[in-house]
Amino acid sequence: MSFELILFYLFAAVLTVAALGVITVKNSVHAALLLVLTFFTAAALWLLLQAEFLAIALVLVYVGAVMVLFLFVVMMLDIKIEPLREGFVRYLPVGAIVALVMLTEMLMLIGLKVMSAQTLPPDPAGASNTAWLGKALFTQFLLPFEVAAVILTVALIAAVMLTLRRRVGVKAQNPAKQVAVKASERIRIVKMESASKGASTP
Amino acid sequence: MLSNFFHSWVHDPLVNGLGTFGLVVWLVLCILAIAVPVILSVALYVWWERKVLGWMHVRMGPNSVGPAGLAQTFADVFKLLLKEYFMPQAASKFLFVIAPLIALVPAFAAWAVVPFDDKVVLADINAGLLYLLAMTSLGVYGIILAGWSSNSKYAMLGAMRSAAQVVSYEIAMGMALVGVLICAGSLNLSDIVRAQSGHWGIFNGFWLPLFPLFLIYFISGVAETNRAPFDVAEGESEIVAGFHVEYSGAPFAVFFLTEYANMILISFLAAVLFLGGWNSIFPVSVPVLGAPGWWWLFAKAFFFAFFYLWFRAAFPRYRYDQIMRLGWKVFVPIAIVWVLVAGCLVYFDIVGPGKV
Repeated sequence: MSFELILFYLFAAVLTVAALGVITVKNSVHAALLLVLTFFTAAALWLLLQAEFLAIALVLVYVGAVMVLFLFVVMMLDIKIEPLREGFVRYLPVGAIVALVMLTEMLMLIGLKVMSAQTLPPDPAGASNTAWLGKALFTQFLLPFEVAAVILTVALIAAVMLTLRRRVGVKAQNPAKQVAVKASERIRIVKMESASKGASTP
Repeated sequence: MLSNFFHSWVHDPLVNGLGTFGLVVWLVLCILAIAVPVILSVALYVWWERKVLGWMHVRMGPNSVGPAGLAQTFADVFKLLLKEYFMPQAASKFLFVIAPLIALVPAFAAWAVVPFDDKVVLADINAGLLYLLAMTSLGVYGIILAGWSSNSKYAMLGAMRSAAQVVSYEIAMGMALVGVLICAGSLNLSDIVRAQSGHWGIFNGFWLPLFPLFLIYFISGVAETNRAPFDVAEGESEIVAGFHVEYSGAPFAVFFLTEYANMILISFLAAVLFLGGWNSIFPVSVPVLGAPGWWWLFAKAFFFAFFYLWFRAAFPRYRYDQIMRLGWKVFVPIAIVWVLVAGCLVYFDIVGPGKV
Protein backbone atom coordinates (compact mmCIF):
# COMPACT_ATOMS: atom_id res chain seq x y z
CA MET A 1 0.00 0.00 0.00
CA SER A 2 1.51 3.28 -1.07
CA PHE A 3 1.78 6.31 1.18
CA GLU A 4 -0.89 8.16 -0.80
CA LEU A 5 -3.33 5.29 -0.47
CA ILE A 6 -2.87 5.24 3.30
CA LEU A 7 -3.51 8.98 3.37
CA PHE A 8 -6.60 8.53 1.20
CA TYR A 9 -8.12 5.95 3.53
CA LEU A 10 -7.26 8.09 6.54
CA PHE A 11 -8.91 11.20 5.10
CA ALA A 12 -11.85 9.23 3.75
CA ALA A 13 -12.48 7.69 7.17
CA VAL A 14 -12.31 11.08 8.91
CA LEU A 15 -14.59 12.56 6.26
CA THR A 16 -17.22 9.86 6.66
CA VAL A 17 -17.18 9.97 10.44
CA ALA A 18 -17.38 13.76 10.45
CA ALA A 19 -20.21 13.79 7.92
CA LEU A 20 -22.16 11.28 9.99
CA GLY A 21 -21.48 13.37 13.05
CA VAL A 22 -22.99 16.45 11.37
CA ILE A 23 -26.41 14.80 11.27
CA THR A 24 -26.22 12.89 14.55
CA VAL A 25 -24.67 15.11 17.21
CA LYS A 26 -27.09 16.95 19.48
CA ASN A 27 -25.35 20.29 19.79
CA SER A 28 -25.83 22.41 16.67
CA VAL A 29 -22.52 24.24 17.17
CA HIS A 30 -20.71 20.91 17.30
CA ALA A 31 -22.56 19.89 14.13
CA ALA A 32 -21.40 23.05 12.35
CA LEU A 33 -17.83 22.41 13.48
CA LEU A 34 -18.00 18.83 12.22
CA LEU A 35 -19.17 20.25 8.88
CA VAL A 36 -16.04 22.41 8.89
CA LEU A 37 -13.97 19.28 9.47
CA THR A 38 -15.83 17.57 6.62
CA PHE A 39 -15.01 20.38 4.22
CA PHE A 40 -11.42 20.47 5.34
CA THR A 41 -10.95 16.73 4.83
CA ALA A 42 -12.64 16.93 1.44
CA ALA A 43 -10.11 19.61 0.54
CA ALA A 44 -7.32 17.27 1.63
CA LEU A 45 -8.76 14.55 -0.61
CA TRP A 46 -8.81 16.95 -3.55
CA LEU A 47 -5.18 17.82 -2.83
CA LEU A 48 -4.39 14.11 -3.16
CA LEU A 49 -5.98 14.29 -6.63
CA GLN A 50 -3.62 17.21 -7.40
CA ALA A 51 -6.56 19.60 -7.74
CA GLU A 52 -4.84 22.17 -5.57
CA PHE A 53 -6.84 25.15 -6.78
CA LEU A 54 -10.19 23.52 -5.98
CA ALA A 55 -8.91 22.28 -2.62
CA ILE A 56 -7.65 25.68 -1.51
CA ALA A 57 -10.75 27.41 -2.89
CA LEU A 58 -12.90 25.03 -0.87
CA VAL A 59 -11.02 25.91 2.31
CA LEU A 60 -11.00 29.60 1.46
CA VAL A 61 -14.66 29.96 0.51
CA TYR A 62 -16.51 27.34 2.51
CA VAL A 63 -14.36 26.94 5.61
CA GLY A 64 -13.03 30.49 5.75
CA ALA A 65 -16.17 32.45 4.93
CA VAL A 66 -19.41 30.48 4.61
CA MET A 67 -18.96 28.30 7.69
CA VAL A 68 -17.81 31.24 9.80
CA LEU A 69 -21.09 33.01 9.08
CA PHE A 70 -22.97 29.76 9.59
CA LEU A 71 -21.34 29.25 12.96
CA PHE A 72 -22.02 32.87 13.78
CA VAL A 73 -25.75 32.38 13.19
CA VAL A 74 -25.94 29.03 14.94
CA MET A 75 -24.23 30.46 18.02
CA MET A 76 -26.67 33.36 18.16
CA LEU A 77 -29.76 31.18 17.90
CA ASP A 78 -31.05 29.46 20.97
CA ILE A 79 -32.13 26.21 19.41
CA LYS A 80 -34.10 23.77 21.53
CA ILE A 81 -33.19 20.25 20.57
CA GLU A 82 -36.23 18.35 21.84
CA PRO A 83 -38.90 19.92 19.54
CA LEU A 84 -36.60 19.21 16.61
CA ARG A 85 -36.23 15.60 17.58
CA GLU A 86 -39.87 14.75 18.18
CA GLY A 87 -41.84 13.23 15.31
CA PHE A 88 -38.77 11.50 13.91
CA VAL A 89 -40.75 8.35 13.05
CA ARG A 90 -43.59 10.36 11.54
CA TYR A 91 -41.29 12.20 9.12
CA LEU A 92 -39.16 9.16 8.38
CA PRO A 93 -41.11 8.03 5.24
CA VAL A 94 -40.97 11.53 3.72
CA GLY A 95 -37.27 11.75 4.48
CA ALA A 96 -36.63 8.34 2.98
CA ILE A 97 -38.49 9.28 -0.22
CA VAL A 98 -36.52 12.52 -0.56
CA ALA A 99 -33.25 10.65 0.01
CA LEU A 100 -34.19 8.03 -2.61
CA VAL A 101 -35.13 10.68 -5.18
CA MET A 102 -31.84 12.47 -4.55
CA LEU A 103 -29.91 9.24 -4.93
CA THR A 104 -31.65 8.48 -8.25
CA GLU A 105 -30.96 12.00 -9.49
CA MET A 106 -27.32 11.77 -8.57
CA LEU A 107 -26.97 8.41 -10.26
CA MET A 108 -28.66 9.74 -13.38
CA LEU A 109 -26.46 12.82 -13.42
CA ILE A 110 -23.24 10.90 -12.93
CA GLY A 111 -24.35 8.23 -15.40
CA LEU A 112 -25.14 10.83 -18.03
CA LYS A 113 -21.82 12.57 -17.43
CA VAL A 114 -19.98 9.34 -17.97
CA MET A 115 -21.87 8.68 -21.23
CA SER A 116 -21.16 12.12 -22.66
CA ALA A 117 -17.71 12.43 -21.21
CA GLN A 118 -16.47 15.89 -22.13
CA THR A 119 -13.66 16.16 -19.65
CA LEU A 120 -10.78 18.48 -20.28
CA PRO A 121 -7.60 16.74 -21.31
CA PRO A 122 -4.81 16.99 -18.73
CA ASP A 123 -2.54 19.89 -19.48
CA PRO A 124 0.37 18.56 -21.54
CA ALA A 125 2.57 21.53 -20.74
CA GLY A 126 2.21 20.78 -17.04
CA ALA A 127 1.12 24.34 -16.27
CA SER A 128 -0.25 25.14 -12.84
CA ASN A 129 -3.71 23.97 -11.98
CA THR A 130 -4.92 27.50 -11.38
CA ALA A 131 -3.80 28.87 -14.73
CA TRP A 132 -5.31 25.88 -16.51
CA LEU A 133 -8.65 26.22 -14.76
CA GLY A 134 -8.71 29.96 -15.32
CA LYS A 135 -8.04 29.56 -19.03
CA ALA A 136 -10.82 26.98 -19.36
CA LEU A 137 -13.28 29.15 -17.45
CA PHE A 138 -12.57 32.32 -19.39
CA THR A 139 -12.40 30.82 -22.88
CA GLN A 140 -14.29 27.56 -23.22
CA PHE A 141 -16.91 28.19 -20.54
CA LEU A 142 -17.06 31.98 -20.60
CA LEU A 143 -20.83 32.30 -21.09
CA PRO A 144 -21.92 29.85 -18.34
CA PHE A 145 -19.37 31.40 -16.03
CA GLU A 146 -20.64 34.92 -16.60
CA VAL A 147 -24.26 33.80 -16.32
CA ALA A 148 -23.51 32.15 -12.99
CA ALA A 149 -21.78 35.33 -11.81
CA VAL A 150 -24.78 37.47 -12.79
CA ILE A 151 -27.20 35.10 -11.04
CA LEU A 152 -25.13 35.22 -7.86
CA THR A 153 -24.97 39.01 -7.99
CA VAL A 154 -28.75 39.19 -8.43
CA ALA A 155 -29.21 36.87 -5.46
CA LEU A 156 -26.87 39.02 -3.40
CA ILE A 157 -28.68 42.25 -4.21
CA ALA A 158 -32.07 40.59 -3.64
CA ALA A 159 -30.96 39.37 -0.22
CA VAL A 160 -29.81 42.86 0.71
CA MET A 161 -33.05 44.41 -0.52
CA LEU A 162 -35.17 41.89 1.38
CA THR A 163 -33.44 42.49 4.68
CA LEU A 164 -32.73 46.20 4.41
CA ARG A 165 -35.41 48.23 6.07
CA ARG A 166 -35.21 51.86 6.94
CA ARG A 167 -37.01 52.65 10.14
CA VAL A 168 -37.95 56.20 10.99
CA GLY A 169 -36.72 57.74 14.17
CA VAL A 170 -33.56 55.68 14.49
CA LYS A 171 -30.75 57.61 16.07
CA ALA A 172 -28.02 56.09 13.95
CA GLN A 173 -24.83 58.02 13.44
CA ASN A 174 -23.74 59.04 9.99
CA PRO A 175 -19.97 58.49 9.85
CA ALA A 176 -19.57 60.61 6.72
CA LYS A 177 -21.03 63.60 8.56
CA GLN A 178 -18.96 62.84 11.63
CA VAL A 179 -15.78 62.74 9.60
CA ALA A 180 -16.64 66.02 7.87
CA VAL A 181 -17.11 67.86 11.15
CA LYS A 182 -14.92 70.92 11.68
CA ALA A 183 -13.76 72.24 15.00
CA SER A 184 -15.32 75.63 14.26
CA GLU A 185 -18.81 74.04 14.06
CA ARG A 186 -18.51 72.29 17.36
CA ILE A 187 -16.88 74.74 19.68
CA ARG A 188 -17.30 78.45 20.15
CA ILE A 189 -14.53 80.33 21.82
CA VAL A 190 -15.96 83.16 23.86
CA LYS A 191 -13.56 85.97 24.54
CA MET A 192 -14.37 87.79 27.71
CA GLU A 193 -12.70 90.12 30.07
CA SER A 194 -11.13 88.65 33.08
CA ALA A 195 -12.43 89.90 36.40
CA SER A 196 -11.96 93.67 36.72
CA LYS A 197 -8.83 94.67 38.49
CA GLY A 198 -10.36 97.09 40.95
CA ALA A 199 -12.95 94.75 42.48
CA SER A 200 -12.02 93.35 45.81
CA THR A 201 -13.04 89.95 47.03
CA PRO A 202 -16.04 90.07 49.31
CA MET B 1 24.52 29.38 -1.27
CA LEU B 2 23.21 28.77 2.23
CA SER B 3 20.42 26.62 0.84
CA ASN B 4 22.90 24.77 -1.37
CA PHE B 5 25.08 24.03 1.64
CA PHE B 6 22.18 22.61 3.63
CA HIS B 7 20.90 20.75 0.61
CA SER B 8 24.16 18.92 -0.04
CA TRP B 9 25.15 18.34 3.60
CA VAL B 10 21.84 17.65 5.36
CA HIS B 11 19.11 16.97 2.81
CA ASP B 12 21.00 14.59 0.51
CA PRO B 13 22.45 12.26 3.19
CA LEU B 14 19.06 12.10 4.95
CA VAL B 15 17.01 11.34 1.86
CA ASN B 16 19.56 9.05 0.23
CA GLY B 17 20.26 7.18 3.44
CA LEU B 18 16.81 6.88 4.97
CA GLY B 19 14.38 7.31 2.06
CA THR B 20 10.88 8.56 2.92
CA PHE B 21 11.66 8.64 6.63
CA GLY B 22 14.69 10.83 5.92
CA LEU B 23 12.50 13.20 3.92
CA VAL B 24 10.10 13.51 6.85
CA VAL B 25 13.03 14.22 9.19
CA TRP B 26 14.33 16.86 6.77
CA LEU B 27 10.90 18.52 6.59
CA VAL B 28 10.56 18.54 10.38
CA LEU B 29 14.00 20.14 10.63
CA CYS B 30 12.94 22.78 8.09
CA ILE B 31 9.72 23.48 10.00
CA LEU B 32 11.66 23.85 13.25
CA ALA B 33 14.12 26.15 11.51
CA ILE B 34 11.18 28.47 10.77
CA ALA B 35 8.99 27.97 13.85
CA VAL B 36 11.66 28.42 16.54
CA PRO B 37 12.92 31.76 15.17
CA VAL B 38 9.30 32.91 14.83
CA ILE B 39 8.64 32.13 18.50
CA LEU B 40 11.87 33.85 19.54
CA SER B 41 11.11 36.88 17.43
CA VAL B 42 7.65 37.05 19.01
CA ALA B 43 9.34 37.30 22.40
CA LEU B 44 11.69 40.01 21.17
CA TYR B 45 8.84 41.79 19.40
CA VAL B 46 6.89 41.99 22.65
CA TRP B 47 9.93 43.55 24.29
CA TRP B 48 10.36 45.97 21.37
CA GLU B 49 6.67 46.89 21.52
CA ARG B 50 6.90 47.77 25.20
CA LYS B 51 10.05 49.76 24.58
CA VAL B 52 8.58 51.68 21.64
CA LEU B 53 5.33 52.37 23.47
CA GLY B 54 7.38 53.53 26.43
CA TRP B 55 9.40 55.94 24.33
CA MET B 56 6.29 57.27 22.66
CA HIS B 57 4.74 57.84 26.08
CA VAL B 58 7.97 59.48 27.25
CA ARG B 59 8.80 56.77 29.77
CA MET B 60 11.40 54.02 29.92
CA GLY B 61 9.60 50.80 29.12
CA PRO B 62 11.00 47.59 30.61
CA ASN B 63 14.52 48.31 31.81
CA SER B 64 15.22 46.29 34.96
CA VAL B 65 15.35 42.61 34.05
CA GLY B 66 18.39 41.78 31.97
CA PRO B 67 20.29 44.16 29.67
CA ALA B 68 17.90 46.94 28.54
CA GLY B 69 15.02 44.94 29.96
CA LEU B 70 15.48 42.21 27.38
CA ALA B 71 14.89 39.38 29.83
CA GLN B 72 11.58 40.91 30.89
CA THR B 73 9.74 39.24 28.02
CA PHE B 74 11.16 35.82 28.91
CA ALA B 75 10.26 36.40 32.54
CA ASP B 76 6.70 37.09 31.38
CA VAL B 77 6.65 33.91 29.32
CA PHE B 78 7.68 31.81 32.31
CA LYS B 79 5.19 33.60 34.51
CA LEU B 80 2.39 32.76 32.07
CA LEU B 81 3.48 29.15 31.66
CA LEU B 82 3.74 28.54 35.40
CA LYS B 83 0.48 30.23 36.31
CA GLU B 84 -2.51 28.17 37.34
CA TYR B 85 -4.61 26.98 34.47
CA PHE B 86 -8.26 27.62 35.09
CA MET B 87 -11.36 26.50 33.24
CA PRO B 88 -14.87 27.87 33.80
CA GLN B 89 -17.22 25.23 35.16
CA ALA B 90 -19.85 25.76 32.46
CA ALA B 91 -17.33 25.81 29.62
CA SER B 92 -17.52 23.43 26.70
CA LYS B 93 -14.46 21.47 27.84
CA PHE B 94 -13.08 20.03 24.60
CA LEU B 95 -13.52 23.18 22.54
CA PHE B 96 -12.19 25.36 25.35
CA VAL B 97 -8.94 23.42 25.36
CA ILE B 98 -8.59 23.10 21.60
CA ALA B 99 -9.49 26.70 20.66
CA PRO B 100 -6.03 28.22 21.32
CA LEU B 101 -4.45 25.46 19.27
CA ILE B 102 -6.86 26.03 16.39
CA ALA B 103 -5.84 29.68 16.47
CA LEU B 104 -2.14 28.82 16.61
CA VAL B 105 -1.92 26.26 13.79
CA PRO B 106 -2.88 28.50 10.82
CA ALA B 107 -0.66 31.30 12.16
CA PHE B 108 2.35 28.98 11.87
CA ALA B 109 1.21 27.00 8.82
CA ALA B 110 1.12 30.16 6.73
CA TRP B 111 4.90 30.55 7.17
CA ALA B 112 5.44 27.50 4.95
CA VAL B 113 5.14 29.52 1.75
CA VAL B 114 7.00 32.69 2.81
CA PRO B 115 10.17 33.00 0.69
CA PHE B 116 13.06 34.31 2.79
CA ASP B 117 15.56 34.44 -0.04
CA ASP B 118 15.89 33.14 -3.56
CA LYS B 119 15.00 29.42 -3.26
CA VAL B 120 14.94 29.58 0.54
CA VAL B 121 11.33 28.60 1.11
CA LEU B 122 9.80 25.55 2.75
CA ALA B 123 7.08 24.90 0.16
CA ASP B 124 7.54 26.61 -3.20
CA ILE B 125 3.98 25.85 -4.32
CA ASN B 126 2.26 27.37 -7.32
CA ALA B 127 -0.88 28.40 -5.46
CA GLY B 128 1.09 30.08 -2.65
CA LEU B 129 -1.00 33.24 -2.47
CA LEU B 130 -4.25 31.26 -2.33
CA TYR B 131 -2.80 29.07 0.40
CA LEU B 132 -1.96 32.18 2.40
CA LEU B 133 -5.49 33.51 2.04
CA ALA B 134 -6.92 30.16 3.10
CA MET B 135 -4.67 29.95 6.16
CA THR B 136 -5.32 33.50 7.32
CA SER B 137 -9.07 32.91 6.96
CA LEU B 138 -8.84 29.85 9.23
CA GLY B 139 -7.40 31.86 12.10
CA VAL B 140 -10.81 33.25 13.01
CA TYR B 141 -12.05 29.84 14.15
CA GLY B 142 -9.82 29.86 17.19
CA ILE B 143 -11.28 33.19 18.25
CA ILE B 144 -14.90 32.20 17.64
CA LEU B 145 -14.50 28.89 19.45
CA ALA B 146 -12.72 30.51 22.37
CA GLY B 147 -15.55 32.99 22.70
CA TRP B 148 -18.32 30.45 22.44
CA SER B 149 -16.82 27.67 24.55
CA SER B 150 -16.02 30.01 27.45
CA ASN B 151 -19.76 30.38 28.06
CA SER B 152 -19.28 33.99 29.04
CA LYS B 153 -21.09 37.01 27.65
CA TYR B 154 -17.98 39.13 27.30
CA ALA B 155 -16.11 36.38 25.51
CA MET B 156 -19.06 35.77 23.21
CA LEU B 157 -19.35 39.46 22.34
CA GLY B 158 -15.64 39.64 21.60
CA ALA B 159 -15.85 36.58 19.37
CA MET B 160 -18.81 38.00 17.46
CA ARG B 161 -17.09 41.31 16.88
CA SER B 162 -13.92 39.61 15.81
CA ALA B 163 -15.65 37.22 13.41
CA ALA B 164 -17.57 40.01 11.69
CA GLN B 165 -14.47 42.17 11.44
CA VAL B 166 -12.15 39.47 10.14
CA VAL B 167 -14.62 38.22 7.52
CA SER B 168 -15.22 41.79 6.31
CA TYR B 169 -11.58 42.76 6.02
CA GLU B 170 -10.67 39.49 4.35
CA ILE B 171 -12.58 40.66 1.27
CA ALA B 172 -10.62 43.88 0.97
CA MET B 173 -7.40 41.99 1.66
CA GLY B 174 -8.21 39.36 -0.97
CA MET B 175 -8.90 42.07 -3.52
CA ALA B 176 -5.56 43.71 -2.74
CA LEU B 177 -3.84 40.36 -3.31
CA VAL B 178 -5.70 39.97 -6.63
CA GLY B 179 -4.06 43.20 -7.78
CA VAL B 180 -0.64 41.79 -6.85
CA LEU B 181 -1.21 38.53 -8.68
CA ILE B 182 -2.40 40.36 -11.80
CA CYS B 183 0.80 42.41 -11.86
CA ALA B 184 3.07 39.47 -11.08
CA GLY B 185 1.22 37.03 -13.35
CA SER B 186 1.73 34.28 -10.80
CA LEU B 187 0.41 32.97 -7.50
CA ASN B 188 3.84 31.73 -6.47
CA LEU B 189 5.36 34.04 -3.86
CA SER B 190 8.92 33.58 -5.12
CA ASP B 191 7.78 34.53 -8.63
CA ILE B 192 5.99 37.56 -7.20
CA VAL B 193 9.25 38.71 -5.61
CA ARG B 194 11.17 38.03 -8.83
CA ALA B 195 8.64 40.09 -10.77
CA GLN B 196 9.60 43.03 -8.55
CA SER B 197 13.32 42.88 -9.26
CA GLY B 198 14.82 45.38 -11.66
CA HIS B 199 17.18 48.29 -12.11
CA TRP B 200 15.34 50.79 -9.95
CA GLY B 201 15.61 49.12 -6.58
CA ILE B 202 12.67 49.85 -4.34
CA PHE B 203 10.79 51.57 -7.18
CA ASN B 204 10.36 48.23 -8.91
CA GLY B 205 8.14 47.11 -6.05
CA PHE B 206 4.41 46.82 -6.59
CA TRP B 207 3.74 49.43 -3.91
CA LEU B 208 4.18 52.13 -6.52
CA PRO B 209 1.67 51.07 -9.23
CA LEU B 210 -0.63 49.50 -6.61
CA PHE B 211 -0.32 52.16 -3.94
CA PRO B 212 -4.01 52.12 -2.83
CA LEU B 213 -3.95 48.32 -2.67
CA PHE B 214 -0.73 48.48 -0.66
CA LEU B 215 -2.37 50.73 1.93
CA ILE B 216 -5.54 48.62 1.93
CA TYR B 217 -3.53 45.44 2.39
CA PHE B 218 -1.59 46.68 5.37
CA ILE B 219 -4.55 48.34 7.10
CA SER B 220 -6.64 45.21 6.51
CA GLY B 221 -3.75 43.21 7.93
CA VAL B 222 -3.88 45.31 11.08
CA ALA B 223 -7.63 44.72 11.27
CA GLU B 224 -7.26 40.99 10.61
CA THR B 225 -4.87 40.59 13.52
CA ASN B 226 -7.26 42.50 15.79
CA ARG B 227 -4.67 45.08 16.67
CA ALA B 228 -5.17 48.69 17.68
CA PRO B 229 -6.88 50.76 16.34
CA PHE B 230 -9.09 47.83 15.28
CA ASP B 231 -8.94 45.90 18.55
CA VAL B 232 -12.65 45.98 19.37
CA ALA B 233 -12.46 42.19 19.77
CA GLU B 234 -10.51 42.80 22.96
CA GLY B 235 -11.79 46.22 23.92
CA GLU B 236 -10.57 46.31 27.52
CA SER B 237 -12.78 49.22 28.44
CA GLU B 238 -15.99 47.66 27.07
CA ILE B 239 -15.77 43.89 27.21
CA VAL B 240 -12.80 43.35 29.53
CA ALA B 241 -10.54 41.31 27.23
CA GLY B 242 -12.95 39.95 24.66
CA PHE B 243 -12.65 36.41 23.49
CA HIS B 244 -9.81 35.36 25.81
CA VAL B 245 -11.24 36.78 29.03
CA GLU B 246 -11.65 33.29 30.54
CA TYR B 247 -8.20 32.07 29.57
CA SER B 248 -5.28 32.08 31.93
CA GLY B 249 -1.75 30.76 32.07
CA ALA B 250 -0.45 28.72 29.16
CA PRO B 251 -3.56 28.83 26.91
CA PHE B 252 -3.57 32.61 27.20
CA ALA B 253 0.11 32.58 26.27
CA VAL B 254 -0.83 30.61 23.16
CA PHE B 255 -3.33 33.29 22.12
CA PHE B 256 -0.69 35.92 22.77
CA LEU B 257 1.84 34.02 20.67
CA THR B 258 -0.70 33.61 17.86
CA GLU B 259 -1.48 37.31 17.73
CA TYR B 260 2.15 38.37 17.55
CA ALA B 261 3.11 35.61 15.09
CA ASN B 262 0.29 36.84 12.86
CA MET B 263 1.53 40.41 13.12
CA ILE B 264 5.03 39.38 12.10
CA LEU B 265 3.55 37.29 9.27
CA ILE B 266 1.56 40.23 7.92
CA SER B 267 4.71 42.39 8.10
CA PHE B 268 6.68 39.81 6.13
CA LEU B 269 3.91 39.43 3.56
CA ALA B 270 3.59 43.17 3.05
CA ALA B 271 7.34 43.22 2.38
CA VAL B 272 7.16 40.22 0.04
CA LEU B 273 4.11 41.31 -1.91
CA PHE B 274 4.65 45.05 -2.22
CA LEU B 275 8.22 46.03 -1.36
CA GLY B 276 10.08 43.43 -3.39
CA GLY B 277 10.92 40.85 -0.72
CA TRP B 278 14.59 39.96 -0.68
CA ASN B 279 15.49 42.48 -3.41
CA SER B 280 17.64 45.40 -2.32
CA ILE B 281 15.98 48.78 -1.91
CA PHE B 282 18.90 50.25 -3.87
CA PRO B 283 19.41 49.76 -7.61
CA VAL B 284 21.43 46.68 -8.54
CA SER B 285 24.18 48.91 -9.93
CA VAL B 286 25.04 50.20 -6.44
CA PRO B 287 28.03 48.17 -5.13
CA VAL B 288 27.50 46.01 -2.00
CA LEU B 289 24.18 47.63 -1.01
CA GLY B 290 22.56 46.68 -4.30
CA ALA B 291 22.97 42.95 -3.68
CA PRO B 292 19.75 41.09 -2.89
CA GLY B 293 19.55 38.96 0.23
CA TRP B 294 17.41 37.85 3.12
CA TRP B 295 18.56 40.81 5.24
CA TRP B 296 16.58 43.15 3.00
CA LEU B 297 13.40 41.17 3.59
CA PHE B 298 13.99 41.22 7.33
CA ALA B 299 14.67 44.96 7.31
CA LYS B 300 11.47 45.64 5.36
CA ALA B 301 9.45 43.37 7.64
CA PHE B 302 10.89 45.16 10.66
CA PHE B 303 9.75 48.44 9.14
CA PHE B 304 6.16 47.18 8.91
CA ALA B 305 6.30 45.57 12.34
CA PHE B 306 7.29 48.95 13.73
CA PHE B 307 4.24 50.49 12.03
CA TYR B 308 2.02 48.17 14.04
CA LEU B 309 3.41 49.60 17.27
CA TRP B 310 3.27 53.14 15.97
CA PHE B 311 -0.43 52.71 15.12
CA ARG B 312 -1.10 51.38 18.56
CA ALA B 313 0.53 54.34 20.22
CA ALA B 314 -0.94 56.94 17.88
CA PHE B 315 -4.59 56.10 17.22
CA PRO B 316 -7.61 55.73 19.50
CA ARG B 317 -9.78 52.65 19.03
CA TYR B 318 -12.27 52.75 16.16
CA ARG B 319 -15.94 52.55 16.92
CA TYR B 320 -17.51 49.33 15.68
CA ASP B 321 -19.74 50.85 12.98
CA GLN B 322 -16.82 52.93 11.74
CA ILE B 323 -14.77 49.77 11.30
CA MET B 324 -17.51 48.18 9.24
CA ARG B 325 -17.95 51.31 7.16
CA LEU B 326 -14.23 51.58 6.47
CA GLY B 327 -14.06 47.93 5.40
CA TRP B 328 -17.15 47.67 3.26
CA LYS B 329 -17.81 51.15 1.94
CA VAL B 330 -14.29 52.47 1.53
CA PHE B 331 -11.78 49.65 1.09
CA VAL B 332 -13.82 47.19 -0.97
CA PRO B 333 -14.88 49.70 -3.68
CA ILE B 334 -11.38 51.21 -3.93
CA ALA B 335 -9.84 47.75 -4.14
CA ILE B 336 -12.24 46.62 -6.89
CA VAL B 337 -11.54 49.75 -8.94
CA TRP B 338 -7.79 49.39 -8.49
CA VAL B 339 -7.91 45.75 -9.57
CA LEU B 340 -9.32 47.04 -12.88
CA VAL B 341 -6.56 49.66 -13.00
CA ALA B 342 -3.97 46.93 -12.39
CA GLY B 343 -5.47 44.93 -15.24
CA CYS B 344 -5.12 47.92 -17.55
CA LEU B 345 -1.54 48.56 -16.39
CA VAL B 346 -0.60 45.00 -17.26
CA TYR B 347 -2.57 45.02 -20.53
CA PHE B 348 -0.77 48.14 -21.74
CA ASP B 349 2.59 46.71 -20.66
CA ILE B 350 3.28 49.38 -18.05
CA VAL B 351 3.92 46.93 -15.21
CA GLY B 352 4.39 43.21 -15.18
CA PRO B 353 7.04 40.53 -14.88
CA GLY B 354 10.18 41.33 -16.82
CA LYS B 355 9.41 45.04 -17.24
CA VAL B 356 12.38 47.40 -16.77
